[in-house]
Amino acid sequence: MSVENSETADRYWAKTRSLTILVLVLWAIFAIIIPWFAGALNSYSFLGFPLGYYMIVQGSLIAFVLLIFFQNWRQDSIDDEFGYNEEE
Amino acid sequence: MALIQGKFIDNIGRVYTIYTGGFIVFILLMAILEQMGVSANTIGILFVAFTIAIYALIGWLSRTMEVDAYYVAGRQVPAVYNGMATAADWMSGASFVAMAGGIYFGGYGYIAFVVGWTGGYVLVNSLMAPYLRKFGCYTVPDFVGTRYGGNLARFFAVVVLVVASFTYVTAQINATGTIAARALHIPFSYGVWFGLLGILLCSMLGGMRAVTWTQVAQYIVLIVAYLVPVIWMSNVQGFGLIPHFSYGGAAQSIVAFETQYGLNPPLEAVAGMSVLTTTHLAPVGDLAGWKFVTLAICMMTGTASLPHILMRYFTTPTVRAARKSVAWSLLFIFLLYFTAPALATLTKLQLLDPDLPTAIIGKPIEEVLALAWVQNWSSVNMLAVVDQNADGILQLNEFFMRPDIVVLATPEIAGLPYVISGLVAAGGMAAAMSTADGLLLAIANALSHDLYYKIIDPKADTATRLIVARVLLIIIGALGALVASLQLTGILGAVAWAFCFAASGLFFPLVLGIWWKRANRPGALAGMGIGFVVGTIYLWWVYTGGTQILGLDHLRFGIVGMTASLVAMVVVTLMTEAPDEETQKMVDATRVPVGPPILASGH
Repeated sequence: MSVENSETADRYWAKTRSLTILVLVLWAIFAIIIPWFAGALNSYSFLGFPLGYYMIVQGSLIAFVLLIFFQNWRQDSIDDEFGYNEEE
Repeated sequence: MALIQGKFIDNIGRVYTIYTGGFIVFILLMAILEQMGVSANTIGILFVAFTIAIYALIGWLSRTMEVDAYYVAGRQVPAVYNGMATAADWMSGASFVAMAGGIYFGGYGYIAFVVGWTGGYVLVNSLMAPYLRKFGCYTVPDFVGTRYGGNLARFFAVVVLVVASFTYVTAQINATGTIAARALHIPFSYGVWFGLLGILLCSMLGGMRAVTWTQVAQYIVLIVAYLVPVIWMSNVQGFGLIPHFSYGGAAQSIVAFETQYGLNPPLEAVAGMSVLTTTHLAPVGDLAGWKFVTLAICMMTGTASLPHILMRYFTTPTVRAARKSVAWSLLFIFLLYFTAPALATLTKLQLLDPDLPTAIIGKPIEEVLALAWVQNWSSVNMLAVVDQNADGILQLNEFFMRPDIVVLATPEIAGLPYVISGLVAAGGMAAAMSTADGLLLAIANALSHDLYYKIIDPKADTATRLIVARVLLIIIGALGALVASLQLTGILGAVAWAFCFAASGLFFPLVLGIWWKRANRPGALAGMGIGFVVGTIYLWWVYTGGTQILGLDHLRFGIVGMTASLVAMVVVTLMTEAPDEETQKMVDATRVPVGPPILASGH
């Protein structure tokens, strides 16, 4: 990374950081908030499951998988935007 | 050699397709042998022996004397296959053998492991893997030692890594011993050494390269072995071909049966075994939500700090491939983890639902005692049926079982042919072996690369380094087997501890090393040292009966350790000088996915 590129690198990092923060907020919702309130959510029903139970055995897990694919899709396009993709 | 170099990578899809086909043919062959009257014992032995022979063959074909190949599989593992290898590396004896059993007995509180062991990958992907791959390190202490500078930082990281991974690996060798003992009909103490032999055959000659390609093979075996019985049961019980989205009804009926039979503690406990006293769905107790979340957080941060997982992402060709392979890893892991609660639910229903021929609760005791699977598992002290209220009927609180055996016993409980039990044993063996391999390699590599080469003898030549690495692998494996043969903890306790150790000592030093440019050496030393020591003291304190802070028990000591680590690291960093220009540039370069790695090949 040469010195004249450092401004580009800073903008790249700002975008990467915002994406990471967004991902971590979504992660916290599915990993922490929903499981914590699973008992209350159980009064609703989804696909024949009590909702709270469904979320911790399946819903949150699906969310994690999608979240990583989403992050990689967004991160790849940030990388492309800055031309950081010559390795591929 | 030629088979595994470029040529192998080009043909990798075909090789593993043939392998999977061959494995299915083998299963069918075993099924035919069973129909022809070959005994269950012989089939069990064939399953375990055949699969281990295949892994050993792959290990031998992948032998190498190159540093890059030995430590990071030549950095040419395609993302999808690295995902499979990581999944096998990740899913241990605990995931395969013990998890569904834990859910069966523990309900809501236990499902924190399911959420924790999947959600952790979001942290791996967003905070760690791509940046560590860019860094170009061989081991996790390699990153710590270079980012913060100095042998002391490197040494601290090695200590945390060894303690966490060693705690974990004894549990895995224990699991291989249990399965080998049951499948091959040998005593547990021999089973442990037999298991170790299999593990070393996979890793010793080819290091990371051999472990990678055996782990892919092991993933295929373990996922087939996990899914087949569940799908089979689901079809017998009428929940459809793919039970995962339709077993809600089963979960609801279990709640009804719980009320009907009553969730009562046994009149007299049986040591080492459990009866069902926890409700299947709902949180129990005031602190249930808090306890769930704290356990899940320990498992998630532990996931993101356990070196045997992080080092898998050092093997991909590019940063982008590293990210992609985290996504594949989680998808492959998810396949098993969202099946485990289905397995626990369907197995429980098999035992409780009087409409199913396999039900035992509410049946006359004599009838239950005459069942072959009850006799098999009782004879090895894994299960007990005791008519404690002397009414001649089996009550829910008179059926005792070791939680660890739920998965292994399920095919027999559901009345499936023995070939399925043999398959499940081979799957459990694959899960435990693949994790043990990854862990042993993580420990031996840290000691040979970071302690021996970087600290003790920086002039050592390549051949010596790789011989030292292999000798250490054998010594550590033997120590692990020795400790495992003492049977100090159950499979699960030791696993949760490993995550808490790693989280206490490594999580914040790793994250802040990438995300906080200001983080410096004294801060990192304080973060690793104080986090690890405070966590360990708290573990010792609660384990020996001390008062718990906020209900944090010995499975959750990582919360205490991590908090101490974060506070210590931030305070000490701010009190001391910012890192020099060169280090700051290093962090900048780490954050950019292209350009030369910080540490060159062969370093």
